[in-house]
Amino acid sequence: MSADLSLVEVPITQVAAQAPPAAVRADGVSVAFEARGQSTLALSGVDLSIQTGEFVSLIGPSGCGKTTLLRAIADLERVTAGQLLIHGITAAQARKNRAYGYVFQAPALYPWRSVERNVTLPLEIMGMKRAERQARARRYLELVGLAEFHRRFPWQLSGGMQQRVSIARALCFEPSLLLMDEPFGALDEITRDGLNLHLHGLWRSTGMTVIFVTHSIPEAVFLSSRIVVMSPRPGRIVDLIDVNLPQERGLDLRETPAFLSVANRVREALRAGHSYD
Amino acid sequence: MTSREALRHGVPVLVVLAVVVVVWYAFAILLNLDRARALADDDATNWDIVSATMAQDRPLLPAPHQVAVELFSSVFTHAVNSPKSLVFHAGVTALAAGVGFAIALALGILLAVGIVHMRALDRSLMWWIIASQTVPVLAIAPMVVVVLGNIGLTGLVPKALIAGYLSFFPITTGMVMGLRSPDPMQRDLLRTYNATGFQIFRKLRWSASMAFLFPGLKVAVTLALVGAIVAELPTGAQAGLGARLLAGSYYGQTLQIWAALFAAAVLALLAVAAVDLARLALVRVRGGRL
Repeated sequence: MSADLSLVEVPITQVAAQAPPAAVRADGVSVAFEARGQSTLALSGVDLSIQTGEFVSLIGPSGCGKTTLLRAIADLERVTAGQLLIHGITAAQARKNRAYGYVFQAPALYPWRSVERNVTLPLEIMGMKRAERQARARRYLELVGLAEFHRRFPWQLSGGMQQRVSIARALCFEPSLLLMDEPFGALDEITRDGLNLHLHGLWRSTGMTVIFVTHSIPEAVFLSSRIVVMSPRPGRIVDLIDVNLPQERGLDLRETPAFLSVANRVREALRAGHSYD
Repeated sequence: MTSREALRHGVPVLVVLAVVVVVWYAFAILLNLDRARALADDDATNWDIVSATMAQDRPLLPAPHQVAVELFSSVFTHAVNSPKSLVFHAGVTALAAGVGFAIALALGILLAVGIVHMRALDRSLMWWIIASQTVPVLAIAPMVVVVLGNIGLTGLVPKALIAGYLSFFPITTGMVMGLRSPDPMQRDLLRTYNATGFQIFRKLRWSASMAFLFPGLKVAVTLALVGAIVAELPTGAQAGLGARLLAGSYYGQTLQIWAALFAAAVLALLAVAAVDLARLALVRVRGGRL
């Protein structure tokens, strides 16, 4: 190894020792889709750094690449340009390390498995012992308020309950990062309010990093510590908005001037990104 | 089942049965009339002739009660290991069909797994499988029996092979569909857990395929029975329901033919019921749905 290179290495290791790597770090990340010989840029030059313990919402209209960005972070989509690091390692390596839990737009439960066996699915794949699996499943079903439903089957639960099962499934192997792709998009507003409260409480009590895709402004403002506003054609980031609202949040927060002013800023950013054109 | 439900399901079945029996009697009288007339005494009344149509030894079409009597005597009045017993013959056929069904199950699932997991097999195999099903089993059965007989394989093996050949197709098509049924989200989920290919197969594809397997199994099990019976026709009519059919037609024993046909129908019903029982057991394990 040459002397120059070792000189370069010193500051990096020092930086690494000082601060843990960001939960997510994107440098010029682009994702292009090929279809019938044509290339579409779904995500263009995204720079973003998300610190451990943040609750970050990605918001924007359809086609702005928010889901693509989340899927790229999860290594479900291949990055075509730029660099994406999760806790300082590549997205592919992070997926192999099972660094994150993923909650999809639909519950994606396996209908032939009971609620409990749906939650233990990732634990089975990771080779955990049966007794430990059951204990974990019970604990996390308790956490999402579904302890007494563990023997039921998915089709016996409402849509909101099914999505809570899928959240328990994403949490039960205790990843430090939770990726959520419009998890409450298909639910009615009342159920959604309840789940928002629940999720906020969960985030505060666990201290995990959450990245949350939504197209609801109130939902983003209510849940987040920071909001990433995105815009389509091509998908890109147009604004980053810090949400300085009290940590203790109840549903009536949404009527306060502070809440409304943040919501307004998000709307302004969306407009600036031509999201309403 | 409540008595009302029993009524709701039972009445239509009984009505159909009654209609069939009436039509059957009408045809039995009509078809056997000429011979009954020819054999009748000069002073025979019309009623004598009509009742004679339903009491012949080798009627063109036996009346239902004659078949019932033949069925009863061939099932209950002989020891089950006697070649005169219909139970013996049904057992021989059932064994061949059962082994054939097991072969079809293994082959059908294996082919489906190959087709779903290997692109080359997907592109090449399906055409051959479909082509194989267009060859009439009546044409291929004697050849298989003769060829295998020449290398010393007689009895159960050729029959089971033909039964398996005839019945693997619905299992393959059902399983191919089932193994491909998981949606992208269900597959992505396992990818986020970094699941191995085998785990994806066992925990997702295989489980999802069960709902598609059972309709195929129901068809396959009856086809296996047909295959076993057809395979018994060219074996020199040693034993089995097919042999009974063949022997019956050699000697004009229509009663024996019809009794064998009914035995085959009962066997098919039992086989389908067995498949359904297996399905219900799985439904129970899965909390009420497949």
